[in-house]
Amino acid sequence: MAEAAAKKAPPPKPEPPPPVVGPVSGLEKVIKSGGFAVTAELGPPKGVDLAVVQKKVAILKGWVDAANVTDNQTAVVRISSIATSALMVQQGLEPVMQMVARDRNRIAIQSDILGAAALGIRNVLCLSGDHQTFGSEPGAANVYDVDSIQMLMILKGLRDDAKFAGGTDVEGGRPPLYLGAAWSPDADPADVRTLRLAKKVRAGAQFVQTQGIFDLPAFKLEMKKAGDMGLLDKLAVLPGIIPLKSAGMAKFMRKNVAGISIPEDVIQRMEGVKDGKEEGTKIAVEMIQAVREIPGVRGVHIMAIEWESKVADIVGRAGLKKGP
Amino acid sequence: MIVGEQKPFEEIVKMIDGHKRLLVAGCGTCVSVCFAGGEKEAGVLASMLRLQAQQSGRTLEVLEQTVKRQCDPEFLEELVAKVDSVDAVLSIACGCGVQFMAERFAKKLILPGLNTRFIGVTLEQGVWSERCAMCGDCILDRTGGICPVARCAKRLHNGPCGGSSGGKCEVGKDRDCGWALIVERLKSLGMLERYSEIVPPRDWRTSRDGGQRSVVREDLKEQGKFEPR
Repeated sequence: MAEAAAKKAPPPKPEPPPPVVGPVSGLEKVIKSGGFAVTAELGPPKGVDLAVVQKKVAILKGWVDAANVTDNQTAVVRISSIATSALMVQQGLEPVMQMVARDRNRIAIQSDILGAAALGIRNVLCLSGDHQTFGSEPGAANVYDVDSIQMLMILKGLRDDAKFAGGTDVEGGRPPLYLGAAWSPDADPADVRTLRLAKKVRAGAQFVQTQGIFDLPAFKLEMKKAGDMGLLDKLAVLPGIIPLKSAGMAKFMRKNVAGISIPEDVIQRMEGVKDGKEEGTKIAVEMIQAVREIPGVRGVHIMAIEWESKVADIVGRAGLKKGP
Repeated sequence: MIVGEQKPFEEIVKMIDGHKRLLVAGCGTCVSVCFAGGEKEAGVLASMLRLQAQQSGRTLEVLEQTVKRQCDPEFLEELVAKVDSVDAVLSIACGCGVQFMAERFAKKLILPGLNTRFIGVTLEQGVWSERCAMCGDCILDRTGGICPVARCAKRLHNGPCGGSSGGKCEVGKDRDCGWALIVERLKSLGMLERYSEIVPPRDWRTSRDGGQRSVVREDLKEQGKFEPR
């Protein structure tokens, strides 16, 4: 009787993979140890010329704790974020791999995340993604199987529960991830921007990078709201810093980029000078020094769009790092 | 209702090229309400086709007939006589009508004269707007009666995204941000706390993603089953 019962018993389930113990990345380490993190953006090229990436890596190394790799930003096809991030790991510049919900369903997302983690990528920024009508393939089918908050939940589940979204087990090893998201404190509708941040934190966001901040009082107010909601104990906020080049650029962004609010006095300051780039840099450095004082701000995210060479200048002048 | 728009005339002319005897089949329900494929529209289109043929020196005879709906078998029977007598049919019903006619009249070429656009509502005369994406698992109770699948360009379930601006969607200032509308509505209903609930990933199998869908009501089957002659 006992033999028959033993024959019918299912094979023992494999042991779940060991839990992930942080900090899993250099970025997480800096933040957890109370340091002031610096991140910047690295835009991948539209072809396979990896020398472009190597050049940008050389420019940023030593000036940032990690660099974000955009994921077909503005829906313009570029070499993939995962490939670029893997290359950066090899070259010794820690990536923050951006992943958008626009182009991949949950199968591809989970598969790519496992691949990324296996290749040494640790920081992932979960985003909805700019709509495909903006970009180079406006006729492409829309995926958006999940949104950025659901993506955070799924990645957290892979790491913390060793479970895929559909409930099956992750085998062999959990992806050690440091999970991030975006926050647009100045965006519409104003009522819910902090409520939505709270959702992101509950879903698994450990750090957020914000849209470019130019309105300090408004940002301070949003940070206070976030603090009052108890979010800042578990969340590192890295405000976005966009160095302006001209008054024209400032006016363009104010008019056309959602979630960016530029006060009139900043515009006037830019209009009143000959060297717009220098003034823009000064403003960026001042903003960094100002946001550093706000409780809950644990670093900055410098978005020098296609101007990676400016990052070293800003970081140096703000006294954040001394270079490689 | 289903909202459609007639295909550009040039496209229709190309489609019917080579046929000498054509039936323009209109539909009296949804596409009549949006003035795209009803009796009047069938009449106008038939006249335009006759005129175009005459001007280009081609022989073309065009018949017209509009039935109440092309998606219910009993109404298609009314078309039998005319359909039998033509080379091809230009149906200006929605895609369902065109296909159902093709199923009923298997040996006859049925051409689509309409681009079926969406399920929507009439905002004012001449303006129709999409409202339902037929996801198959309605969550309008959670979103104050505003659909995030149909009205958010990214079908976010925990929106809005960072592209929402002044209540408008980043895709175009001509369309509202679905989530801005949802937030306003939840506020006015005193239900804003529902906004903070995380909506988990959806099972899209009830939507188009699961493949062609059917609804079967066993309790209604075999009663009054319609048999074509």
